[in-house]
Amino acid sequence: MKQVHEVHFITELFGKYDGSSLQSYLEAGGFKPLQQLLAGGSEKILKEIDESGLQGRGGAAYPTGRKLRQFLSEKAPRKFVVCNADEGEPGTFKDRELLRRNIYQVIEGMIITAVCTQAGEGIIYVREEYTNIHDHIEQAIESCYQHNYLGKNILGSGFSFELRLFSGAGSYVCGEGFAMCESMEGKSGRPRTKPPYVKQAGFLNLPTLVINTETLSAIVSIIRHGAHEFRKYGTAESPGTKLISVSGKVERPGVYEIPFGLTINEIVNGLAGGMKNGKKGNFVQIGGASGGILPARLWDTKYTYEDFSRAGMSVGSGAIVVADTETKLLDYLKVVQDFFNHESCGKCTPCREGNRQLRIIFDKIAAGTATAEDFYRMEIVLDVMGSTSLCGSGKTEVVPFNTAIKYFPEEFAVFAEFEKRAVI
Amino acid sequence: MKTVMLTIEKKVTLTIDGKKVTVPEGTTVLEAAKTAGIHIPTLCYLEDINKVGACRICTVEVNNRLQAACILPAEEGMVVKTNTSRVRQLRKHILALILANHDSNCPTCIRNNNCELQTLANELNLREEIFEREYARHVDDMSPSVVRDDSKCINCGRCVSICNEVQTVGVLGFVHRSDRTKVAPVYDKSLAELSCINCGQCIVNCPVGALREKDNTDLVWEALADKSKYVIVQTAPAVRAALGEEFGLPIGTGVTGKMVAALRRLGFDKVFDTNFAADVTIMEEGTELLGRIQSGGVLPLITSCSPGWIKFCEHKYPELIPNLSSCKSPQNMMGALLKSHYAKMNGLDPKDIFVVSVMPCTAKKFEVQREELEVDGIRDVDVSITTRELAQMIKEARIDFLRLEDEHFDEYYGESTGAAVIFGATGGVMEAAIRTVADILTGQEIEEVNYEFVRGMEGVKEARIKINEDITLNVAVVHGGANITALLDKVKNGETDYHFIEVMACPGGCVNGGGQPIVPDKIKMEINVPVERAKALYRADSAVKRRKSHQNPMVKKLYEDFLGEPNSELAHKLLHTTYVNRQ
Repeated sequence: MKQVHEVHFITELFGKYDGSSLQSYLEAGGFKPLQQLLAGGSEKILKEIDESGLQGRGGAAYPTGRKLRQFLSEKAPRKFVVCNADEGEPGTFKDRELLRRNIYQVIEGMIITAVCTQAGEGIIYVREEYTNIHDHIEQAIESCYQHNYLGKNILGSGFSFELRLFSGAGSYVCGEGFAMCESMEGKSGRPRTKPPYVKQAGFLNLPTLVINTETLSAIVSIIRHGAHEFRKYGTAESPGTKLISVSGKVERPGVYEIPFGLTINEIVNGLAGGMKNGKKGNFVQIGGASGGILPARLWDTKYTYEDFSRAGMSVGSGAIVVADTETKLLDYLKVVQDFFNHESCGKCTPCREGNRQLRIIFDKIAAGTATAEDFYRMEIVLDVMGSTSLCGSGKTEVVPFNTAIKYFPEEFAVFAEFEKRAVI
Repeated sequence: MKTVMLTIEKKVTLTIDGKKVTVPEGTTVLEAAKTAGIHIPTLCYLEDINKVGACRICTVEVNNRLQAACILPAEEGMVVKTNTSRVRQLRKHILALILANHDSNCPTCIRNNNCELQTLANELNLREEIFEREYARHVDDMSPSVVRDDSKCINCGRCVSICNEVQTVGVLGFVHRSDRTKVAPVYDKSLAELSCINCGQCIVNCPVGALREKDNTDLVWEALADKSKYVIVQTAPAVRAALGEEFGLPIGTGVTGKMVAALRRLGFDKVFDTNFAADVTIMEEGTELLGRIQSGGVLPLITSCSPGWIKFCEHKYPELIPNLSSCKSPQNMMGALLKSHYAKMNGLDPKDIFVVSVMPCTAKKFEVQREELEVDGIRDVDVSITTRELAQMIKEARIDFLRLEDEHFDEYYGESTGAAVIFGATGGVMEAAIRTVADILTGQEIEEVNYEFVRGMEGVKEARIKINEDITLNVAVVHGGANITALLDKVKNGETDYHFIEVMACPGGCVNGGGQPIVPDKIKMEINVPVERAKALYRADSAVKRRKSHQNPMVKKLYEDFLGEPNSELAHKLLHTTYVNRQ
């Protein structure tokens, strides 16, 4: 296997400056992209983002340039840019690193986005579990206010931008745009119905742009180095680099920035130091709790949007959870299901009742009483959830189960086995 | 000259099941399909009230994607398929998921044969229970009016929207998440402990049996069987406009005669009409209004017939309690008179008289239990049942309602005017009051009695009525909690100059009360139920000779023989009450 290295495009400034000091951020070249914007105008910047081919890093992979232009065309006296730092996807911790080690770049990304889309207010929506970095973020915001990178008439540009931190209360669904708006309004985090969309009527029913922490960081790096530098990495359909969070049974779990196009093998056995204690690889789950299960025999699959799409999964949040052969697939899926059964908001039938039924079925599997009929029920539930749930959470929750059934049909033979036993 | 604004409505044309449909922009696919004669199934949907896309039973295929029709705006060129095998299969499976979380013990359910879930299961040809059943078991029956049964609740959220958006009472909401999600009163308390106004709008909008009235029919049967009791029944105006629906008659059919006949078959000693007391109410409240106007008393005077509204006021607008008419509601006036005047007239011991009221209302059950509503330790009314409970009793007694010959109310307390019968519709009390007050103020018998401007379903109706050169009465009529809140905020802030306001807690007034027959949303989409029921009342009004309360000969006699003047000392003792600040 060829030597694999991390790249440092978005994470360029990691360790290059004291992450809590604005002064050292400036010394490391911070806020130059903002200066470029203020000098050259936003159209140039938007064009650069368009050309970079950057796609939203929260999981939906929507072209960022298009997203910003659409938001720019929303006219209202108050518009909000919300940094999605809810990072609730299990196995995902890359935004935490961006917030911890390079918060100023996130803030700069927000200011640039706000200027480009003519939004006057911003909120960093941080997950409640990151309490230990809340102060760090607030101090950085405070420093930016003190030096007029935030507030009225930023650096004499005539543009004003107010930014604050908002802590979620620990609900997974609040990573979804509308649920996040509800949460910020002090309500239960439940998605609203569309249309109108978040960009038209989000927080306080005002136009709101919800954008991922990594996307914001990437915007700054792209402006700093140019779209062509970004495009040197990755593939035609998946340009640039991506932060991934590798966890599970590997020697060196952690956050890595990779160019799109590495294989899972290269990631697991190269970057992450191979399987822990030399055990045999079994499968990985890609992109979070609602991500696909990919068996070890397919680990030469490339980490790109297009390759994953062909395999029935998606890049998602950038999580890669690695399991060895000592981890039983059905046990693993039960944990995944427990998570969803805890986090479903309960609003729509398919997700609420589907999770109830999946829980019942997985409990039966654990108790050794599941039958072929339960498998039939599971397939119906997965079909209904995947095709008729109200929001993306319910629709994508079925992916790990469907891919597991697709790639490990033999594991599901247990249902038939139990059936046989029951007959005897 | 009036300027008329012409707004040109943008239209979109889409194809639904192969049929081209043109609708105004903003119309949902569900509504568009309806215009094409296609009924997409719904459960959580409540026209104009609950459009949340939660149950997903209205799933359709749009441009080969699956979408919820109730929240999807129709777009130009859209191709919608509502009846593919895929759609039918998904709907069945969604329904099966809902059923698994529902106590589907239909035969013993109050909503058996009038349940939207049951109907759908039948229509969608769901013939097997696919999933394992698991449902909550908690029942809250501490409220005197409303019983909530979690085992039946399907989390559609209709009651939540009604309680919060329509009634602005706000005691119901969703708690917890995922499969622990449930509708619950705030802090998981009982409705009895909260600012629930007992209006029962949650009940009449529940698609299943998760909400029902507190059943008091057993108390009535018991009293009827008790030989020592003289059991009198009184029926509110709106009951006669809706009871027939329970026996398959079209919405808006008046059934006064059959209702009276049925009550006699049930064994009541006397069958009286709450309308009599409604006429008395006009005498008392009209006099109170004139008194307040002439002596500079607290204005506006606000009506007090609706017990849901009274509790709403006590919780949310205690500063307006001095504005409330001190008149008891007709139900309780009737009870107090029966146990005083009627008892005396017939040599009965008031303690032996048992008064049953049949009301379109669940809040009346709370009202009869109010501490204040008794005279010398004798309760005004002993038990209040809803229109639905009466229908239930008639069915249980195996009376063939449709074949009953019309009968008349019993004498004296069965006598009433057209003014009384319209109490059951929003604006009715106001219209009745104007008919009498105008005559009193002008000293003439004014011929015109139809005050159209206070009729109809508009949320707030206002009028300036010029009685003569010196007197103009400023009045308002409001119904439904959200409208009430909007209007009373203005009244509270002194932004209005009304003399008199009629307030009814339920949208549309008593005809649409929480105790009335439950109409499935599918039918409500086609028929404006309160409007049709109100028509029955206005027909009854215009059919009688005496249409003004002060023309009721028995009411006149009551004052001559017993009460003296309206607002006399005795009238105050029997017919007026006080209120409680519940804030």
